[in-house]
Amino acid sequence: MTPWERFVDAFFNREVIVQYLPAIGKGVVVTIELAVLVVISGIALGFLLVVLRAYRVAPVNAVIVVFVDVFRALPPLVLILLLYFGLPNIDVTLSGFAVVWLTLTLVLGAFAEEIFWAGVLSVEKGQWQAARSTGLGFGQTLFYVILPQAVRMTVPPLTNRTIAITKNTALGTVVGVGEILNQATTAQSFSGNASPLTVAAIAFLLIFVPVVYAGRWIETRFAWRKG
Amino acid sequence: MQALIDQFFNVQIMADAWPTVWRGLMMTVLLCIAVIPLGLLGGLLVAMANTAPWRWLRWTVVVYVDIFRAIPPLVLLIFIYAGLPFAGIRLSPFAAVSIAFLLNNSAYYGEIYRAGIESIGKGQMEAARSTGLSGLQAMTYVILPQAVRNVLPDLLSNTIEVVKLTSLASVVALPELLYSADMARSITYNASPIVMAALIYLAILWPVVRFLSRLERRMGA
Amino acid sequence: MDGSVSSVPRSLPSDAGRPAEAVLQISDLHMAFGDLEVLKGIDLSVAEQELVFIIGPSGSGKSTLLRCCNRLEEPNKGTIIVDGEEITAPKANLNKLRQRIGMVFQSFNLYPHLTAQANVTLALRKVAGKSRIEAREIALAALDRVGLSDKSDSYPNELSGGQQQRVAIARSLALQPRVMLFDEPTSALDPELVGDVLNVMQDMKEGGMTMLVVSHEMRFAMNAADQVVFMDRGVIVEQGTPDRIFKHPEHQRTRDFLGKVAH
Repeated sequence: MTPWERFVDAFFNREVIVQYLPAIGKGVVVTIELAVLVVISGIALGFLLVVLRAYRVAPVNAVIVVFVDVFRALPPLVLILLLYFGLPNIDVTLSGFAVVWLTLTLVLGAFAEEIFWAGVLSVEKGQWQAARSTGLGFGQTLFYVILPQAVRMTVPPLTNRTIAITKNTALGTVVGVGEILNQATTAQSFSGNASPLTVAAIAFLLIFVPVVYAGRWIETRFAWRKG
Repeated sequence: MQALIDQFFNVQIMADAWPTVWRGLMMTVLLCIAVIPLGLLGGLLVAMANTAPWRWLRWTVVVYVDIFRAIPPLVLLIFIYAGLPFAGIRLSPFAAVSIAFLLNNSAYYGEIYRAGIESIGKGQMEAARSTGLSGLQAMTYVILPQAVRNVLPDLLSNTIEVVKLTSLASVVALPELLYSADMARSITYNASPIVMAALIYLAILWPVVRFLSRLERRMGA
Repeated sequence: MDGSVSSVPRSLPSDAGRPAEAVLQISDLHMAFGDLEVLKGIDLSVAEQELVFIIGPSGSGKSTLLRCCNRLEEPNKGTIIVDGEEITAPKANLNKLRQRIGMVFQSFNLYPHLTAQANVTLALRKVAGKSRIEAREIALAALDRVGLSDKSDSYPNELSGGQQQRVAIARSLALQPRVMLFDEPTSALDPELVGDVLNVMQDMKEGGMTMLVVSHEMRFAMNAADQVVFMDRGVIVEQGTPDRIFKHPEHQRTRDFLGKVAH
């Protein structure tokens, strides 16, 4: 075999690809499921936290700030291993899927809260005063006046952060979640061929390149709001 | 409650695991010393290429950035560590991690620098060129110093992410902090070493996160 | 002469009757942004020590003309010769030629991360290749010339607009240019700060600097200019001494423009 043929055989072996494509396809479904769940629950958590924080109850805010800092500072893989291998020792057993979902939800929730809060702070004080002067209550002002502006402003940074965190679903492979990377590494060790890894890389590109592009589009669309 | 403390905050087990974990920490530090400057430099090259007068180079850079923003770093790492040997390229875990991180971080840092460069009005470049500075000189002495200052919080924020990412090296058996802690866990069947690793990450990164928050607020104001 | 920033150029024996040597010679200059023709064949020459003042309505192409002179804009056709060298030549050494052409911008464009002095020394060090000490001396002399020797360690954001513009002038002046281009140097200034900048320009003129100025300061033109050029829609409509252009304009377009400005 020429070096080129050897290269093609190692990374683009048609037989191996055909054989393991269904498994990796299953992995694609799991990756997407996990990603969608994380995005929904993570952003919901961040939103919930920022609403709580807006009420500015000192002890509650302190807890939120600590929560956010901790999850910004901890590598998600540490949390995943801790939950997956630690919890069974106190008789709580979560599946790998649940552990990854929970971890990434907490991480995204923390980042989302931080980003939303920056948005809330950037809304001018006059907006609060104007809204309150028309007789709107605190909660009404928050929900109808402040948050809509704050959330709009935070769309670009939030999009980027969400993409970065969602890509961490690949960490699931470490705790046996049958997502793309997991299926691919399994296939690679069975077949003794790197082609499944190539397919995995392409699968991730197919899923995330459009997301990155969407993110970029959103960024330019919302850019003028930064003012 | 006692069970919780025994299983997660067992001081005896932590003390026993300490030498291993400490060595792991040193490896993590070494890894950071290697990959952070590499990424900052690679990102700078990416951003400079983005302003190059040649269209083909700008396009290459755009494709590069998009690909490495889309591929999870762990996938890249495993591809390099476990895939490349099939092409006859066998790398040590440290080299594999360094290369994967260089590719990934250059894309991220590059985007940050790019935003910084774009934040500088074009009058600066014109003024610099009008005094006879070359394009590269104007970039180096006039545009970049301002650009970097403008995106300092983002550079720092990404650097925090890079430090966190070094934990992925554990997957390719590089004995850094998380790997060492997990080794200790698997021997003792006790999660305390991982809690200890988590606390170490917090001790290192929490102050940075706090500082970053204040920096962001100051620069935003 | 070396090390000093006195802008008096090598004085030439200027025998009366013969026009002084042109430092800046613009011939048949055309420039378009896409389909929009901005300059439609400009011929203009600026002689040694002359101050040529360009007036005209906005969009007449006067700023573009100025920016073509050091090729911040790329003209489509025509030649510009500076100090005997054609800057529009494809192989022109732009960075070298640009040292001989100072440019002052409407928005100052000082480098905000550098002190006033460092703003001035940057090109001296990196382009003119002066030593640190030499560059510092030249910069201090240049700042002194614009009346800001006490501000050399200030950052641009600590200076008023007028002071910033004077630092920008010093930045160009320090390179001992053969000609200085001024692109509406006072338009971004508060009215009370305009005078300081104009005084510096007047002083430069008296020192013998060759200057091409785009501005709306008609009174300054009246006092300081040797030639006034009226531009409209990409062409030079008429040109002459300030007295002739301001008091006896030949063309209706010039009269209309001056009438509007006066009121």
